[in-house]
Amino acid sequence: MVLLIVGFVAFSMFNFVGDPIDNLLGQERTLEDVERLRAQLGLDKPFFVQYWAFISNAMEGNFGMSYRQGRPVAEIIAERAPATLELALVSAVFALVLGVMLGIFTAIKRDGFIANFIMTTSLVGVSLPTFLIGILLIYIFSVELGWLPSFGRGEVVDIGFWSTGFLTSSGRLSLILPAITLGLFQMTLIMRLVRSEMLEVLRQDYIRFARARGLSEKSINFRHALKNTLVPVITVTGLQLGSIIAFAIITETVFQWPGVGLLFINAVQFVDIPVMAAYLMLISVMFVTINLLVDILYVAIDPRLRS
Amino acid sequence: MTNTSQPDAQHKAPSRLAQFWGSDIMWKFRHSPVAIVAFIFTALLVLSAVFAPLVAPHNPFDPASLNLLNGFTPPMEPNAFTGDAFLLGTDDQGRDVFSTILYGMRVSLFVGFAAVSLGLILGVSLGLVAGYFGGIVDAIIMRVADVQLTFPSILVAMLIFGIAKGVTPPEYRDEMAIWVLIIAIGLSDWVQFARVVRGATLVEVRKEYVQAARLIGRSSRSIIFGHILRNVLSPVLVIATISLALAIIAEATLSFLGVGAPPTQPSLGTLIRIGQQYLFSGEWWILLFPAATLLLLALSVNLLGDWLRDALNPKLK
Amino acid sequence: MTLLDIKNLSVDFPSRDKIFKAVSNASLTVQAGEIHGLVGESGAGKSTIGAAIMGLIERPGYISGGEITFKEELTSGLDADAMRELRGKKISMIFQDPLTSLNPLLTVGDQLIETIQTHLGFNKKQALARAHELLVRVGIHDADARLDQYPHQFSGGMRQRVVIALALCSEPDVIVADEPTTALDVAVQAQILELIRDLTIERQVGVILITHDMGVIADTTDRVTVMYMGEVVETGTTEEIMGRPQHEYTKSLISAVPRPQIKLRRFSQVSYGGRDTRFAIEELVRNWPQSNNDPNKPLLSVSNITKKFPLARSIIPSRSTWLTAVDDVSFDIMPGEVFGVVGESGSGKSTVARMISGLYQLNGGQVTFDGNIVSDPSDKEAQARFRREIQMIFQDPYSSLNPRMRVADIIAEPIRHHKTMSGSDVKYRVHELLEQVGLGAAVEKKYPHEFSGGQRQRISIARALATQPRFLICDEPTSALDVSIQAQILNILKDLQEHLGLTMLFISHDLPVVRQMCDRVAVMQKGKVLELQDTESLFANPKTNYTRELLDLMPHLKGLSEEGLEVL
Repeated sequence: MVLLIVGFVAFSMFNFVGDPIDNLLGQERTLEDVERLRAQLGLDKPFFVQYWAFISNAMEGNFGMSYRQGRPVAEIIAERAPATLELALVSAVFALVLGVMLGIFTAIKRDGFIANFIMTTSLVGVSLPTFLIGILLIYIFSVELGWLPSFGRGEVVDIGFWSTGFLTSSGRLSLILPAITLGLFQMTLIMRLVRSEMLEVLRQDYIRFARARGLSEKSINFRHALKNTLVPVITVTGLQLGSIIAFAIITETVFQWPGVGLLFINAVQFVDIPVMAAYLMLISVMFVTINLLVDILYVAIDPRLRS
Repeated sequence: MTNTSQPDAQHKAPSRLAQFWGSDIMWKFRHSPVAIVAFIFTALLVLSAVFAPLVAPHNPFDPASLNLLNGFTPPMEPNAFTGDAFLLGTDDQGRDVFSTILYGMRVSLFVGFAAVSLGLILGVSLGLVAGYFGGIVDAIIMRVADVQLTFPSILVAMLIFGIAKGVTPPEYRDEMAIWVLIIAIGLSDWVQFARVVRGATLVEVRKEYVQAARLIGRSSRSIIFGHILRNVLSPVLVIATISLALAIIAEATLSFLGVGAPPTQPSLGTLIRIGQQYLFSGEWWILLFPAATLLLLALSVNLLGDWLRDALNPKLK
Repeated sequence: MTLLDIKNLSVDFPSRDKIFKAVSNASLTVQAGEIHGLVGESGAGKSTIGAAIMGLIERPGYISGGEITFKEELTSGLDADAMRELRGKKISMIFQDPLTSLNPLLTVGDQLIETIQTHLGFNKKQALARAHELLVRVGIHDADARLDQYPHQFSGGMRQRVVIALALCSEPDVIVADEPTTALDVAVQAQILELIRDLTIERQVGVILITHDMGVIADTTDRVTVMYMGEVVETGTTEEIMGRPQHEYTKSLISAVPRPQIKLRRFSQVSYGGRDTRFAIEELVRNWPQSNNDPNKPLLSVSNITKKFPLARSIIPSRSTWLTAVDDVSFDIMPGEVFGVVGESGSGKSTVARMISGLYQLNGGQVTFDGNIVSDPSDKEAQARFRREIQMIFQDPYSSLNPRMRVADIIAEPIRHHKTMSGSDVKYRVHELLEQVGLGAAVEKKYPHEFSGGQRQRISIARALATQPRFLICDEPTSALDVSIQAQILNILKDLQEHLGLTMLFISHDLPVVRQMCDRVAVMQKGKVLELQDTESLFANPKTNYTRELLDLMPHLKGLSEEGLEVL
């Protein structure tokens, strides 16, 4: 459903935003050229036939040609994807683990000094745009201290169609700053969410009843409260992690990271519609997958959804 | 039984201002140092942006006041060639950084307020309609919202920007950029308003005062705008504040990426983009001061929003 | 043996500009094998005492004086760990709402076993055996299967049994039960109270039963302590307090309780502590239009009305499943009559009220008012005329007034909508109404949250009277109110009927209240009217078994003082 709508939007972009023929052929063209290309691209067919052709092509991984580079979009994206996916994976793990842990901590010790300090700092984190964090980190760790590289992926190793930076030390070092930059914002959001949900849960009657029964604080916090906290947290967290891919656009720009985000921003600047459309489809596939995972996790945690 | 229609002089209601000052929310405000400081900073920044032409020592967009020789003057130091000194230094073209920040903040805040207003009006109306009528109207609106929500707002804004760039002729692009930016950010955050307002409306609709109004025979429109709207406004206020901070950050991000405010009307993001180029060569002030201003602005508004959320939450006393 | 001894307990809640004394100088004792009732109206401080015993007072509240002794050991002032040791092990608690007091994500067995292991040091197998035993004891028979189920698979009454089993896990000496049956239907309520009774004697525990319900106190407890505004006003055996109350407050409280056996002309003076009971019915009568109803024709007729709600919608209409909330219901209401509809929750009684008032559209049948059909949504004119003639008083005084509107605007809304008066007349009329319902014209600028529940219900009544209607629908108008406030509001409604000749439809689940208020009563179950009789003959000779059961479940209130009642 989501995919069809997104496909529709992407396709409309294709269709209405500037005539693709203009873009493909440039100034010197003959009427025959135009007609021939129109037929070749199927643009003379009715709207829905074109839409169907677009969708079925997209299913097969065929997104057309990039206006700017003149190469198949699918090929360009396949080349760039590993960089983005590796970056996203590392920062997602970072955001999730640290975010949940700090969220629980600040909820349990809600009036403690450290918890309050973390909460205030987290607001600074939310107020700092991602690109500023990136610049700041580059300035400190690359320019001033010279410990970590400030751009690029370092050396990569090709394994079949996948090129990974995990296997070289320069690849791993290059990953640190971008991953922190990308994950920090998500981490603060997850942390604040976990905290507020957990505080909400701790106010519930069944927690008061668990206290009244004399159960230990450990069991109340981690057995009774945490599980109930996770139910609402999972959805939002799923979406947040999904948006890491999209936020990678900014990080990749700051660190000149050769991923799909950088590709997309260039496409926006040069109005390279096929690349934009393909990127859009790719992102929505990611989200649909994540939503599916979230739904499965939901059912696993909440017995009320099983009956 | 006394005569009815004359209110007791002693019971006369205090003036509106006094009532507001004595209200719970103002009491909480007066007792929260963080909120007061955040408010003062926000007010200071907003005012100095609004009155930038009066506050700024130079007009950075008046070519007559610029001297290229003044380029790269560090803060508080006289320039080696002209002897002019600038509070926060100058950029590559000799523009006073302090003044560019004030003018840049103007653009940032204008875009922020306008985008939030757009998102607010759109989101609140759609949320009210969806929550009140339910059924198929609700299903359609919320479906669209869900689909949009799966895309981070910054991406949506970029897409709208990209499309708009595609349809506007090149010669108007710079002029249109600000408006495109407002629409892009505004359209990307109506969902937050719509979801919250819909949720609150669903709760309100079930309350008996709505049934009482229906029983009298009030129309749906007067129930929505006369009764429900005023009861869903406090979460809207919180979201609007937080959205303002987010919109300012989004604008800065887009401008930083080069898809936002044009060089002729630089916002804080544009200034940071320019400043970043000189970071490695040691002219740190061109980057640092706009960045610090952006942080201060976003942080103050965020602190205010955060406080407001707690203060308006009836569950936290 | 004295298990629990509370001496001069005070609990303070500091707030913005003052300290709220939730409990001041309260003393009471609990013996083994007895149920000690703690009764009072909302805000009396009874739940705070329960929380103080458990050491669960919510911040910023704190114990500001006095002491709590458990088996001759001081407990107030213990640190958190020692308190936890005591809590659950020696003192347990049962909460009001069984829907929210069980963890939804853990099985009932898990929750029981964890609690048993925490307190008794059993291994898993022993704990499981004990959990099984406890479930059987509280009346859950298929315990083996039930242990593996989650709370949402239990009904409300069953959940409260599980909660009781959990409270028994540690073999406590004292159980604090805070309104344990308030959220349950009458039939289930009786069973749960009986279970608590039996367990008290069988295990020789001391139970503190916190409740606002005089019926529960009179029928269940051995001793009772009456609280008012944070203070204990009287304490003694239930028989003494209920039969020969000494304190004025206790007397006024008891006289306000609706009796199932006798019909009163009106409730006697219920104004302890200077609470406003004024209601200027004579003033109201003076300006009220003379009714020109034909006394022999029904004012409102309901014939064969049916309402279905979709349970699951399907694109194919025939595959949708429907709940028939009201099924082919018919009755007539004569002018000046108070017509009652009673039933348990889910019987469809409130749906009937909403169908008559036009809030729900009918799926079948029709409603006739004063000879005109008013249930046809396409006949706008008939509907508009009807709307001026009927008004409704809702159940929840906290949600029936828009919290962001001033009192004057709330009351004026129906007048302004129907455009029956000019601007200055509206203002005058609002002042008049506020005076008449006993609030005074000066409150017109205030917002609803500045009023108590009873005062809000008076505002609701003022709004309902604003257009001078002929027909009033009262949907459980007092079930959210304290008993003394309930008596005041019921007196007002009696006045309206008597002096203005208002015709009323009175919806309630509370049979004693219905007996006091209604001339005729329809009993509803599962969307159908089971029987329709004059009130007195219904109570004397119910025709159906269902009605007989309902009557049997009413609190007996034997031995309740009848001092000062005006029996009819």
